[in-house]
Amino acid sequence: MEPISHVAGRAIPFGRKNVDTDVIIPAHWLKTITREGLGKGAFEAVRKEPGNVFTDPECAGAPILIAGDNFGCGSSREHAAWALLDMGITCVIAPSFSDIFSGNAFKNGILTVALPQEAVDRLMEVAKTDPIDIDLETQSVTTPFQDRFTFEIDAFRKHCLLEGLDEVGLTMAQGDAISTHEAHARKELPFLARTFASVD
Amino acid sequence: MTTKPRTLYQKIWDAHVVDTRADGTCLIYIDRHLVHEVTSPQAFESLRAAGRPVRRPDLTLAVPDHNLPTTARKDAEGNILPIADSESATQLAALRRNAPEFGIRYIDSVDVEQGIVHVIGPEQGFSLPGATIVCGDSHTACHGGLGALAFGIGTSEVEHVLATQTLLLKQSKSMEVRVEGKLGPWVTPKDVILHIIGVIGTAGGTGYVIEYRGNVFEEMSVEGRLTVCNMSIEGGARAGLVAPDETTFEYLKGRPYTPVGEDWDKAVAWWKSLATDAGAKFDKSISIRAEDIQPTVTWGTSPEDTAPIGGAVPAPEDFADASKREAVKVSLDYMGLTPGTRLTDVEVENVFIGSCTNSRIEDIRAACEVLRGRHKADNVKWAIVVPGSGLVKAQAEAEGLDKIVIEAGLEWREPGCSACLAMNPDKVPPGERCASTSNRNFTGRQGPGSRTHLMSPAMAAAAAVTGRLTDVRELVG
Repeated sequence: MEPISHVAGRAIPFGRKNVDTDVIIPAHWLKTITREGLGKGAFEAVRKEPGNVFTDPECAGAPILIAGDNFGCGSSREHAAWALLDMGITCVIAPSFSDIFSGNAFKNGILTVALPQEAVDRLMEVAKTDPIDIDLETQSVTTPFQDRFTFEIDAFRKHCLLEGLDEVGLTMAQGDAISTHEAHARKELPFLARTFASVD
Repeated sequence: MTTKPRTLYQKIWDAHVVDTRADGTCLIYIDRHLVHEVTSPQAFESLRAAGRPVRRPDLTLAVPDHNLPTTARKDAEGNILPIADSESATQLAALRRNAPEFGIRYIDSVDVEQGIVHVIGPEQGFSLPGATIVCGDSHTACHGGLGALAFGIGTSEVEHVLATQTLLLKQSKSMEVRVEGKLGPWVTPKDVILHIIGVIGTAGGTGYVIEYRGNVFEEMSVEGRLTVCNMSIEGGARAGLVAPDETTFEYLKGRPYTPVGEDWDKAVAWWKSLATDAGAKFDKSISIRAEDIQPTVTWGTSPEDTAPIGGAVPAPEDFADASKREAVKVSLDYMGLTPGTRLTDVEVENVFIGSCTNSRIEDIRAACEVLRGRHKADNVKWAIVVPGSGLVKAQAEAEGLDKIVIEAGLEWREPGCSACLAMNPDKVPPGERCASTSNRNFTGRQGPGSRTHLMSPAMAAAAAVTGRLTDVRELVG
């Protein structure tokens, strides 16, 4: 994962609420065995709506997406995060996110910034004409008009994002603790510690 | 020493903590990992690139389901038929290659045990109460019906579990959804969960794990509980569970992967100890009267857009929230519905009975109770019944249910995810409506431009018979 500390640029003022992962990337795009190239399928149906923000030349190449409540609800497909990344989006701002999507975004170095609805409304306004700046170190979002909003982020996630850490590698280094747990489980919960495959 | 009363969720969580970090993030041990072809290829590729093995292949089970066509898989001579869609074929081939390469048990598309990953986990006894179960699919919540802590994960997490058999997680808040009273005739588990989502909304459970409590769930079959827990994610909750009880033990005993002998006895004793303690606190509690739940359908493009079948299509003005009014306007336009239209006047051209929500034997039986001696309406162009697994299919055929389906003019298919998500050839054409027993009515979910109405198997069967959304109670009495 690429380290991320700062995102600045134009933002796509999408604003829609309950954007589900089928809207972000429809299922027929999931038949891939790689992570690349999904930007072409991102928001496929929305792009066909007249006057949509995704085909607005003002938003071309914007690294930030602004949405409404409950962004990324629905399926666990990480393809949603890969599609955003492939579009060049590295930060999504919304009042709230689905649990699975925010986890997937984080694991791909996409910053999810949850802000109160009023702040999101203000940023939607700014995004129409001007850039937005997100700083992970100070956990703040600023605009050229002296707006400043701070956001919360889990300390461990922040650390991983800033350092671009490989979570799998980090956990593998805890192999002894995992082995200790497995040994304990074999004794206390033997019925979970292995499968009883009479099919073998 | 007195211990603080704990919830079912808390007890399962506590039994699986490997390590706790200063900020509260825990390393949680995963007991069972189900793998399918769509969300795993990139995870296996990363392991291969880093030279990392799968830590516990014996706790992992792989099966293809999303991409598989539900038409015949072998020709008359028994030869396996090729998959026409080359991308689907590539993805299916990747799983067939990856599983043995990493030493993982693999059920092939032509094996009788093949089926939707969330149907075969419980069916095989691979999924167990008190276990932590994950799969790269949000409907993993389903396995909570057995009293497991089960939830969907993304592909990076699939890789993390394959490599370490653990996940880094923060504990969720707990929510109790209590349904008490007596459900009316033809009010099924699907109606219960659709009603619940209508009450709490699609974000109502975000950040929570739901425990379904009350006599309605206690009296429900395991298959019904699986249906309810399956759609927890549609209410925003990553997991939902029902306490394991005698019904659960009865269901599991003797299944292929279920513990035996002394291990079984030890398991039952522990499972019984998992029930939420008296006095345990939930962060949020919802209470619903069973008598208030009617056969329920959706009218919009969000699973929270539910209404009793006797109701009408709402108007945007009926909603207090401004952004919801806007969403309803867009939804109704997409769905081609006019506010005030009686739901029973809405015609459907397609019927889909299947998906991880409703493709178990009880679902097929319920549909057949309605279809028996009846025939689909002429305006219904496409109606399919897709059993959740090869074993469900075999059981249904042993009961003669396939004949009822076929005589009613519906198609009897091979197991898979089918028209739930339009990744395989089963799709609803643009602008057409589908009475569907699946779990999501999102824009384009069943194919670009498709219009989905979610409902129970009995209600979908009734819609097939009349060609419109129908109150099954009026059709069958």
